Amino acid sequence: MIYLTRKCEFSASHYYHSPELSAEENLRLYGKCANLNGHGHNYTLEVTVRGEVDPTNGFVIDLKDLKEIMNREVVETLDHRHLNKEIAEFARRNPTTENIAVYIWRRLEPELKVAKLHRVRVYENHDLFVDFLGEA
Amino acid sequence: MKAYLTKRYWLSASHRLHSEKLTEEQNRATYGKCNNPYGHGHNYAVEVTVGGQIDPASGMICDLGELDCVVAREVLERFDHQNLNCLPEFREAVPTSENLCKTIYQILQPRFRAAHLEKVRLEETSMNSFEYSGGEEGNR
Repeated sequence: MIYLTRKCEFSASHYYHSPELSAEENLRLYGKCANLNGHGHNYTLEVTVRGEVDPTNGFVIDLKDLKEIMNREVVETLDHRHLNKEIAEFARRNPTTENIAVYIWRRLEPELKVAKLHRVRVYENHDLFVDFLGEA
Repeated sequence: MKAYLTKRYWLSASHRLHSEKLTEEQNRATYGKCNNPYGHGHNYAVEVTVGGQIDPASGMICDLGELDCVVAREVLERFDHQNLNCLPEFREAVPTSENLCKTIYQILQPRFRAAHLEKVRLEETSMNSFEYSGGEEGNR
């Protein structure tokens, strides 16, 4: 078994809001992220796949294919978007880094056939990231 | 659904690696420049990883504000801009990054309830880092 990781970046805006909470409770729970005008991040995504090395080409996955899948499923979908307003998944669910990682996992997992998706790591910035490994 | 969140913090501290169990010569041989008598310092990066279920209402596995408060109160205020050798935590133990990493884990571990402390990773410099996830052998 070998693991391969590829990175890409996307920039998007979002805010956090729970409709069942009052404005004060939202502010207490989410701090500056509760500003309904939104704010943005440069996200870095690390996608790790795992599999056996193909004896013919020496690859665990063709990087061109992985790059194309990540571009189509993540970058073209999320880059320069307002996550709450433009991504249906986040109309009623907060686009937290945790939920973004799960969302990306669900888009990538069915597309990866040769190598299996092992981990999605989403950096909101240099000092905060979330790992999702498909665990229930 | 279970996810893992990692947040990175910074602290600057000085230390001198010197073991009372070794002779002067053995200390110099073991620790090299780190045994220089007046100590030296690092900017340490502390990565705290917590794991837990994503709360369906908030979309988060823990309150980030609370995480910041706990780490600031328990770790940064205790170690930032200090000489580690002078602190009670290192009265018996040499303040290597192994021991600092383990100490930070042991201080933080009981503070988490909703989310579970999975791992503490300590970067002494960009060239070396240390990880501790509890237990004698570590879990991950």
